[in-house]
Amino acid sequence: MTEQLSQQRTTQRGDGASHTIMCTEMRSAEHTGMHASTSAATHTSPHVQLRTASHGYANPASNPAANPAANPRLRRARTTIWLILFLVGGIGLAYNALVRPHGMAEVYVERSEKTFVEADIAAPVGAPSGEKASTKWLASDSPALQDGSAIAMAGAAHTLTINETVGVPPRAARERIAAGDSNVSLSIVDTLGVWIAAFFTLAIFSFLWRDNPIYKFAESILVGVSAAYWMTLGYWATLVPNLFAKIAPETIKGWAMPALDVQPADQTTQFLLALVPLILGFMLLMRLSPKGGWISVWPLAFIIGTTAGLKFVAFIEGDLMAQAANTIIPLVALNDTGSMQFGESLGNLVLFVGVLAVLTYFFFSVEHKGRLGTMVGKVSRLGIWYLMITFGAAFGLTVMGRITLLSQRLEFLFGDWLWIIDPANIR
Amino acid sequence: MSTQHTQSSTTVPHGAFIRFLATMDRRWIFLAMMLAVGMPILLKLRPPESPGPLSNATFAAIEHLPAGSRVLLSFDYDPASEGELQPMANAFVHHCASKGHKLAFMALWPLGAQKANETVNTVLKPFHPEYKLGVDYCMLGYKAGNEGVIKVIVTDLLQQYSTDASGTPLGEVPMLKGVSNIQAFDLILNVSAGYPGAKEWAQYATSAYPDAFSLLVGTTGVQSNQLYPYYPTQMKGMLVAIKGAAEYEVLVNAKYGNTPAIVAAQRMMSSREGESASENASGDTPESGVPAILQEGQRRMGPQLIAHLLMVTLIVLGNVVYFATRSKGATR
Repeated sequence: MTEQLSQQRTTQRGDGASHTIMCTEMRSAEHTGMHASTSAATHTSPHVQLRTASHGYANPASNPAANPAANPRLRRARTTIWLILFLVGGIGLAYNALVRPHGMAEVYVERSEKTFVEADIAAPVGAPSGEKASTKWLASDSPALQDGSAIAMAGAAHTLTINETVGVPPRAARERIAAGDSNVSLSIVDTLGVWIAAFFTLAIFSFLWRDNPIYKFAESILVGVSAAYWMTLGYWATLVPNLFAKIAPETIKGWAMPALDVQPADQTTQFLLALVPLILGFMLLMRLSPKGGWISVWPLAFIIGTTAGLKFVAFIEGDLMAQAANTIIPLVALNDTGSMQFGESLGNLVLFVGVLAVLTYFFFSVEHKGRLGTMVGKVSRLGIWYLMITFGAAFGLTVMGRITLLSQRLEFLFGDWLWIIDPANIR
Repeated sequence: MSTQHTQSSTTVPHGAFIRFLATMDRRWIFLAMMLAVGMPILLKLRPPESPGPLSNATFAAIEHLPAGSRVLLSFDYDPASEGELQPMANAFVHHCASKGHKLAFMALWPLGAQKANETVNTVLKPFHPEYKLGVDYCMLGYKAGNEGVIKVIVTDLLQQYSTDASGTPLGEVPMLKGVSNIQAFDLILNVSAGYPGAKEWAQYATSAYPDAFSLLVGTTGVQSNQLYPYYPTQMKGMLVAIKGAAEYEVLVNAKYGNTPAIVAAQRMMSSREGESASENASGDTPESGVPAILQEGQRRMGPQLIAHLLMVTLIVLGNVVYFATRSKGATR
């Protein structure tokens, strides 16, 4: 049940035109679809303020005509959309189940065993006296074992076998299974993965209809997985190699980084240098302390100072100087024979005028009054046109990117999940 | 309250069509967009592509390198932008391998290393089986540190990458023998979805050492506006969004789309003796013999076309509604 309180007031603008501010307060015992899909703010607060034009339907949520609870036509539309979506989905699934011979969303793998052996590797001939022979795990078919530069150590402790799975195209897999190849089989886990991916894709798409528990579930999973992933990554990609490996290299080599090159001569220096980020890191964590928050300001100052120094040089070189140099171009471009290149000259002129006009727009020291000021104002307005065209181009390119993402997800649903399309002809 | 509602809804003093547009549920637009993108995929609609100057410059930069040149590929993206960038990555790798260049893959984005592995498995291994790990290509993997990594490896590669991704010391990787920094590479190819990426490569590599580096980038549409100023001085070529990918694919496939290795790989994948994947009844690969994975960009231009037509129509209709209602509002 939804109750709405609307209030309109008309104000007079300085230029004489009037506009209306419509304040709508919604008290909703249940979230209607339209409320939820309008704005994320709608479901966090029951109070919604919407500013619309005088005709009152710039935002459907503020317009009762666009409110499904009050408008039977929209209720019917909602039912129709659901019906269409379910029909299309149902027909697709039924088609796959009944008509197509090979189902959908199946993933096949080939299992194989890969054997590694621990091998003695001799020091290279003529190597410095400090360089010692070493041991290394090599694939059993490694060229080093065959040419004698590495000698496999005997015994089960020096041999390791791992199972490896490689994806096999479905049609090829079915044919191999029919021919009795026991190494190829349907992978339940990978098949389940396709179904889970399809579920999450549809769950995220469902937000277009309205906010709903399935979308919330998918969103929460995404946020949780992302947070966990970044934390794990930070630990293994930053803390372990850049900090722990310098504080306790032997331990880290034995535990996490077998290829770590430990140089005993440098260990003390490395250890002392690693203490600096360690201490700064702990100081940064003091931000969580109720009384010691001020301590975290010092490492923050260090981070900001370092970043500023690093970026300053790059921006001076890469942007300021290089871009200024790129703008110094001939307004009349000539080719090798000395004749004028009209297209290139026009392009250079547009670039030259654009740079000056946009720079003028951001030059606020001259008031747009008087003869000079009026001139600056006109150039500045030209700068606005350049900026608007740039923003338009950026918007267009962003739309292109978003459409591509949508088409990729639909390709996944139609291809990997439903098997309606088969661009690679592998199913 | 209800009176105000009624009044508000009846203040639309226009014809039925304008009223319908003005009060239309936005979800019809979502559905229309879904159909505009979905139907071309199902109907395999593909508009023709004619490569523009940026794509031509990119193609020429790789094409004119002598065979066997060292190329560093930095995969600075993740699955979120895979739809736009993976076709470029596939085409870059296929083009470089067709020319016989030595490829070193690295990543400034954590999942970029995974995308590099995926590209090697789906493009390099099937279509260029002659490429051997360590000899013709190597995986340097991901390094944390953003632009700091670039700043270091332009002068000292070993300081950041003492080993490759599998733990082999760089000195033992044959194709990197004698390489002390990335100035030894003839070309840097960057597939970039944002920070850190193409801008940082331009700032910390090509701007700092203009004579040492040649940089080509493939970029998402969203950030391409910021990168245009770097072309052609700091970037020798640039592929912009899926359109750039499709154009580049056309150029690469025209010359290297149907090599004997590709035909053999296609046969193996389709598992039908004497029939290549392009000759099947489904007709999903219009360019004869070219694998579908090397036509992803072109395939995604069909949805682009229809979705853009829909967008233009909606913008026009939106303006019609705006001006129609504004004129009435002003007279009220």
